[in-house]
Amino acid sequence: MRITVTVDGVNYSDEVEPRTLLVHHLRDRLGKTGTVVGCDTSNCGACTVHLDGRSVKSCSVLAVQADGRAVTTVEGLADGGELHPVQQAFHENHALQCGFCTPGMIMQAIDLLAEDPDPDEDAVRHGLEGNLCRCTGYQNIVHAVRDAARRLGGTR
Amino acid sequence: MIPAAFDYTAPSTVDEAVRALVAGGEDAKAIAGGQSLLPVLRLRLAAPTLVVDLSRLTELAGVHDDGDSLLIGALTTHHEVQRDPHVREHAALLRLATDTVADPQIRHRGTLGGALAHADPAGDLLAPVLALDAVLRCTGPAGTREVPAAEFFTDYFTTALEPGELLTHVRVPKLTGWGARYEKFSRVAQAWSIVAVAAAVKVVDGVVEQARVALTNMGPTPVRARGVEEALTGEPATAEAIRAAAARAAEGTDPVTDGNADAEYRTHLARVLTERAVTAAVSDA
Amino acid sequence: MTAAVEPEVGRARRRKEDARLITGATRWTDNIRLPGMLHLAVLRSPVAHARITSVDTTEAVRLPGVLEVLTGADLAAEQGSLPCAWPITEDMLAPPAPSIAVDEVNFAGEVVAAVVARTPEEAQDALAAIDVDYEDLPVVLDLTAAVADGADLVHPDLGTNKSATWVFDSAEAGTGGDATAAIAEAEVVVERTFRQQRLIPAFMEPRSVVVDPGPDSATLWSATQVPHILRWMLSAVLGIPEHKLRVIAPDVGGGFGGKLQVTPEEVLTLLVARRLGKPVKWTESRTESMLSGHHGRDQLQRITVAARRDGTVTGLKVDLLADMGAYLRLITPGVPILGAFMYNAIYKFPAYRFTCTNVFTNKVPTDAYRGAGRPEATFAIERIMDELAAELGVDPLELRRRNWIRHDEFPFTTVAGLTYDTGDYEAATARAVELFGYDELRAEQARRRADHDTVQLGIGVSTYTEMCGLAPSRVLGALRYGAGGWEHAAIRVLPTGKVELITGTSPHGQGHVTAWSQIVADRLGVPFEDVEVLHGDTRVAHRGMDSYGSRSLAVGGTAVVLAADKVLAKARTVAAHLMECSPDDVEFTAGTFAVRGTATSMSLGEVVVAAHVAHNLPDGVEPGLDAEATFDPDNFSYPHGTHLCAVEVDTETGRVVIRSYVCVDDVGKVVNPMIVEGQVHGGLAQGIAQALFEEAVHDEGGTLTTATLADYLLPSAVDLPWFTTDRTETPADTNPLGVKGVGEAGTIASTPAVVNAVVDALRHLGVRDVEMPCTPMRVWKALRGGAA
Repeated sequence: MRITVTVDGVNYSDEVEPRTLLVHHLRDRLGKTGTVVGCDTSNCGACTVHLDGRSVKSCSVLAVQADGRAVTTVEGLADGGELHPVQQAFHENHALQCGFCTPGMIMQAIDLLAEDPDPDEDAVRHGLEGNLCRCTGYQNIVHAVRDAARRLGGTR
Repeated sequence: MIPAAFDYTAPSTVDEAVRALVAGGEDAKAIAGGQSLLPVLRLRLAAPTLVVDLSRLTELAGVHDDGDSLLIGALTTHHEVQRDPHVREHAALLRLATDTVADPQIRHRGTLGGALAHADPAGDLLAPVLALDAVLRCTGPAGTREVPAAEFFTDYFTTALEPGELLTHVRVPKLTGWGARYEKFSRVAQAWSIVAVAAAVKVVDGVVEQARVALTNMGPTPVRARGVEEALTGEPATAEAIRAAAARAAEGTDPVTDGNADAEYRTHLARVLTERAVTAAVSDA
Repeated sequence: MTAAVEPEVGRARRRKEDARLITGATRWTDNIRLPGMLHLAVLRSPVAHARITSVDTTEAVRLPGVLEVLTGADLAAEQGSLPCAWPITEDMLAPPAPSIAVDEVNFAGEVVAAVVARTPEEAQDALAAIDVDYEDLPVVLDLTAAVADGADLVHPDLGTNKSATWVFDSAEAGTGGDATAAIAEAEVVVERTFRQQRLIPAFMEPRSVVVDPGPDSATLWSATQVPHILRWMLSAVLGIPEHKLRVIAPDVGGGFGGKLQVTPEEVLTLLVARRLGKPVKWTESRTESMLSGHHGRDQLQRITVAARRDGTVTGLKVDLLADMGAYLRLITPGVPILGAFMYNAIYKFPAYRFTCTNVFTNKVPTDAYRGAGRPEATFAIERIMDELAAELGVDPLELRRRNWIRHDEFPFTTVAGLTYDTGDYEAATARAVELFGYDELRAEQARRRADHDTVQLGIGVSTYTEMCGLAPSRVLGALRYGAGGWEHAAIRVLPTGKVELITGTSPHGQGHVTAWSQIVADRLGVPFEDVEVLHGDTRVAHRGMDSYGSRSLAVGGTAVVLAADKVLAKARTVAAHLMECSPDDVEFTAGTFAVRGTATSMSLGEVVVAAHVAHNLPDGVEPGLDAEATFDPDNFSYPHGTHLCAVEVDTETGRVVIRSYVCVDDVGKVVNPMIVEGQVHGGLAQGIAQALFEEAVHDEGGTLTTATLADYLLPSAVDLPWFTTDRTETPADTNPLGVKGVGEAGTIASTPAVVNAVVDALRHLGVRDVEMPCTPMRVWKALRGGAA
């Protein structure tokens, strides 16, 4: 069936099979390979994107369910070459190693900060509980999200 | 992994949805947020030939104050339940349990109705709904009926929903001013509850006037801990009384042994967590 | 004169790798889409041990988009046997290891058929249409049962489930006394059996392979940590001329040993792409990854320590059963052997005997997982040192002090025959004790015990060293490992003064691009930004032994230094010629060659131009300013450290919560402290996860019941504590950088620290051990005196 989805500000109209997952639509049809698939059971969160402004796991949304809606991926964050403050904070705080979980982690961190602009350590950890990382032990991710909160607060 | 192929329809009224489900028969499956269904489809543990998407049934979204009760649309997301001021004031137990469901992304998509209709005995919303004496409104080819929560959950992943029938609303009697606690025990944050206890108490002058306690994952369906409720009711809300009451937590339960825990440990946990849940609920009252 | 430039080495440089990873501009293997590319999907056996009586593909081949359906019979002649590069003994038994099962399946998850189709959907749909008939055979799962008389056999042709038995005895080796006699004569003997549960590496990026068969030579992209080894082995197994095969490891999302492998799927993708003459991609699902990617650990360890009443250890004996799974993969048999040299750890044992029996079972093959043999060894010795301390009634730290190698005793040759070059266990321990607040926590523990608090406090100690920087090729040869342990680097100084560094290491998250740039920048006096690090492509990095075993910096980083020094030596010759002086009179600092005692100087940039234009070079000097070097270390490197863990154990539920975790590691000199700390954090997370959360579980039929991330419990941010990390520093003597390696340290040390803490919390209640992972139920049962 035909769907129209706005992804990172661009309108795409495509014919898709109903069974197509949003993440596969993004990756395989639209070339948005910045968003990745890490599991089959929606545990890892690597595929996290924003759907109409809220974080979702794009492996657990059918592409047809995104019809008429707006998706933001990690590729749509940087503004004219300037990194999003959360991206910048992940870099500065060494919050990534292999980087595979990073797109999902960044997208969820942005959602978390939208909900709670000044989270304490515990709130950050709980806000990221749906995102698995195998490299960092999470400590630098916690650092990065709290640093990003300061950066975002500073620009407000 | 990729689900097996299916047809898809997204009706815009409940009647259309019911008709689609009836037409699809046994091989039709309703999808709301899809947070339970999609992993199942991806692993090909189920392969419906028709998926009926309920997400356009906007009439089923949102929380409404309806006098003595809250009427919650089945499509209300967990995230909406968490933030709803009515739920916070009148159904704190539901909010506390919803806070523990899965993770933020899943709470953005997943719905109350979907979780209840999925009826996973380890799911965290079944016991609270049971404890709150909620009534589930269902609409099917034979019309609309209201099913008490105690009769809705019938077995593992099985409900009283008839073929073609949809859960449309959850009516939750207000328990304003009660103390509440959802005490969840899992191995890691993401894991399913090994056991969890939903408790709500009304305490007047240091005496438990009413108590509602229900258990998650202590059998094929959520279990109401009537023995605990009886033992608490009319007793002073003291540590000793709570402990004595909690000792009856496992009455009438039928816990499984699985990869996470055996029945003996679950039985033990039920007592410990009930004591903790009730104690916390009392201090919240 | 320019101001002194801050050295790059030692700086917390932010990583060059990050830019694409945080913006999604990544190059994962699964991102690759080639014109005409087809998709491979494989059907896996649902049963653990069976004879394949028939495979019916007739329906599957008729499905839309399906180009080919292949069975083991179809590929039997060309698929060869997957390689095992480590025959640990001369008489080791190794069954043939087909990529696609032909007559028999030996673990649930083994490939039984393959589909090539136009889309991934069509390929997966076709799998469901393949009909395989199995005739069940007896399933062998338990290690002890597998070696009992009359046991059912995984491979009846071999006549036994024992693949090999490997023995080290210090009396026979001349490195120490007779351990059996020491135990017989000892004042105190403590013996324990520990189980190293089976773990799954669970790198976040699922494996993926793309093959472009090409008109002339093939290119294979793989999410691998060993592109060089992979090319060599694929050529050897399949008879493809090595020069006609290019292997590329693009962005690789973690490995932890799990991508140190030559996999059935790499072989199959290559075979079918060549067969069809079209590019083919295979990408696994997470469940496939867990069912078929190699697992780690899975050993049963019996360890015996002999000591005097004063706590001095006098002998050590270890008997291992190591689960190989159904086949021997790349270094499966060698993993427990890597541990053999580590049981004596940091202690002065005078006598040691180690026996390991490698055992086949009907499970996924085991192989390297972060630490590979050394975490197992460290766990057993550190657990039993705590048990010995309890037996003797001394503080566990005090017992370690009485037995460890003192800082003034280095270099020290151990009872296992290794020579530890440098270290200072006293310093690391003193710092850890201070950061931890050891005495205060002991006081609180005593109070909680006296108060019969439902939440008890436990303190776990783990001191460790490890052999890493794998490895001296001669030693590997003596251990019958099939490859060398050297590493290679090449430097090309371009005409504009920019530098290309080619490394044989193959990073997949470790930050080599950044760290190697720092090394080169310092050595050549060029800006950090002017260094481009190239890796992971056999056509670019033509020699390499890849990344594993905490080897990359100690061995590969040293190769970078040696290559840079060769560049400098040549540049010095050219500079001297141009400045008309002796090379001995040329001083090089911060990118400038100066004639000693004069104002005459040339920048590296000027020398590079001169070398490239070659208008005026000394006789016999080749144009250009390139050099390459291969480093083969004389010895391993030996990081060490002291880890202290405090846990709170809820005695009502059995739940363990880590309250504080302090580690002080000595990894020698540090190139980038930020990266080092990140490696420690990640290692701790995995070691703690072994202690508390993770376990690959099979049902009695041999089906893996933890085949999704909903069942195999990786810790999330909520489940891990805040880590307090610090370092002490004794530079390694074994390489010019003075570095020791850090990739595995956290994993090695943390597991025993946590379990020691759990047992310490409950020892006064009668608990002597809790089997890993220390789940709430296991802890609760241990408290009730039941089976832990």
